[in-house]
Amino acid sequence: MASYSTNEFRGGLKVLLDGDPCVILENEFVKPGKGQAFNRVKLRNLMSNRVWERTFKSGESLEAADVMDQEMEYLYTDGEFWHFMATDGSFEQHPADEKAVGDTMKWLKEQDVYTVTLYNGTPLSVTPPNFVELEVVDTDPGMKGDTAQGGSKPATLSTGAVVNVPLFIVIGEVLKVDTRSGEYVSRVKTN
Amino acid sequence: MSRESDWQPTASWTALRERAGLLSYLRQFFAARDVLEVETPLLARHGVSDLHLDCIMAHPGPASDFSGGTVYLQTSPEYHMKRLLAAGSGAIYQVFRAFRDGERGVRHNPEFSLLEWYRPDFDDRALMDEVGELVCGWLGVDAPARLTYREVFLQHVGLDPFTLPLDELRDAVSGRAGNPVFADNFDRDTCLDFLMTHAVEPALVGEGAVFIHDYPASQAALARTRDAGGCAVAHRFELYLDGLELCNGYWELTDAAEQARRFEADNALRRAHGKPEMAADDYLLEALRHGLPACSGVALGLDRLLMCKLGTRDIRDVVAFPIERS
Repeated sequence: MASYSTNEFRGGLKVLLDGDPCVILENEFVKPGKGQAFNRVKLRNLMSNRVWERTFKSGESLEAADVMDQEMEYLYTDGEFWHFMATDGSFEQHPADEKAVGDTMKWLKEQDVYTVTLYNGTPLSVTPPNFVELEVVDTDPGMKGDTAQGGSKPATLSTGAVVNVPLFIVIGEVLKVDTRSGEYVSRVKTN
Repeated sequence: MSRESDWQPTASWTALRERAGLLSYLRQFFAARDVLEVETPLLARHGVSDLHLDCIMAHPGPASDFSGGTVYLQTSPEYHMKRLLAAGSGAIYQVFRAFRDGERGVRHNPEFSLLEWYRPDFDDRALMDEVGELVCGWLGVDAPARLTYREVFLQHVGLDPFTLPLDELRDAVSGRAGNPVFADNFDRDTCLDFLMTHAVEPALVGEGAVFIHDYPASQAALARTRDAGGCAVAHRFELYLDGLELCNGYWELTDAAEQARRFEADNALRRAHGKPEMAADDYLLEALRHGLPACSGVALGLDRLLMCKLGTRDIRDVVAFPIERS
């Protein structure tokens, strides 16, 4: 496996540290004019999601982690695994466990495309697109004429996610939702 | 990687005008003191021998009396300026473009601007006075405090850099690095360099201008050394401004035999670290044998001085085009 020297460290690089795959967040080069150079590095452990701070002597290297992001279509769940299929034409399927799917579970809609992060070929995490379009399956009855401001109400979407929506939203409508904040963006016109 | 706006300078026009203003300030400063401006080669047959300074190499072909071969972009104009001093120049200064391989970060660019000057008959204390006038005069800040290397470690790290046993020094480093075996094979100076960058420098943020002087003799580089209460110290000083290292100065070594020994010691260290050796500069040794007048010299980073003036912590804010945009 390839390795990276400290002078190749940059944000986004995936490396192995203490046996865990990590992504480099920041790399600060410090050096007394006449002395030994060091790299003060912030990394996110992709297994625990914790942020680590480590110092390396400049010139040291870390093994590259076999971590890659791949676009995949969500197929179905059998209750134990959530199955995804690569969209690169290979039709390769990957089962992701509950830990890998994590919070993304509430945004999973069959046939939609997600970013699956593979570590040694196994899904490590699943990231939804920034915006998803989902149907409202339950909410209090709409209030006619109230299209301006004033209040919101919870609405349950087809995936189980609950978001706050304006009062005029009714069951059966399709909404655009920002997955990063979990907030309602707009209604989507459906034919 | 590159974006459409990457052809643009990273520094503001305010910063670039300050840079021009700094150069004219420096020329007035030295003209008023009768210090001669000189220029020396950026490309030369020898590079620096320091373990922790790496030269960028170039490979020009033969040209007339020059037979061609590897030459080195200079990490500072020190060797050549000392040859001028030995040849009788008197006080000299130079605004120089220096090169150091592999150094890039918020405080580093592999190519940077350096002001270097030499004062015959000045000792390190007298030169510190002049550095303080030049820097604080331009920045409009209070004159620098002065602390010895030992004092600054006692005050900010809580340990004595001269007397603490090596294993305890290593423990202190590993503890701060968040890795219990980090410093297991560090030598004394590597431990001290770590503590300087990770503990002392951060503690100097907000402290204004501070001179650190009387470095351990093992970090003397080209400075004279002396005994201070049983500890060998170097007549070497650095100026920090709010934790940012600005300059490095020496009461210069003038002894050719001692200089030759330091070249050898540097190369022994380079071999031990698997780095290529740097042949001793025979012209410099010859000049020292001829006689370098007693003098002090200092190199000051102009990009960092500009960073202080503009209140930025990132060198890209003061250079037009850092290396990745060059």
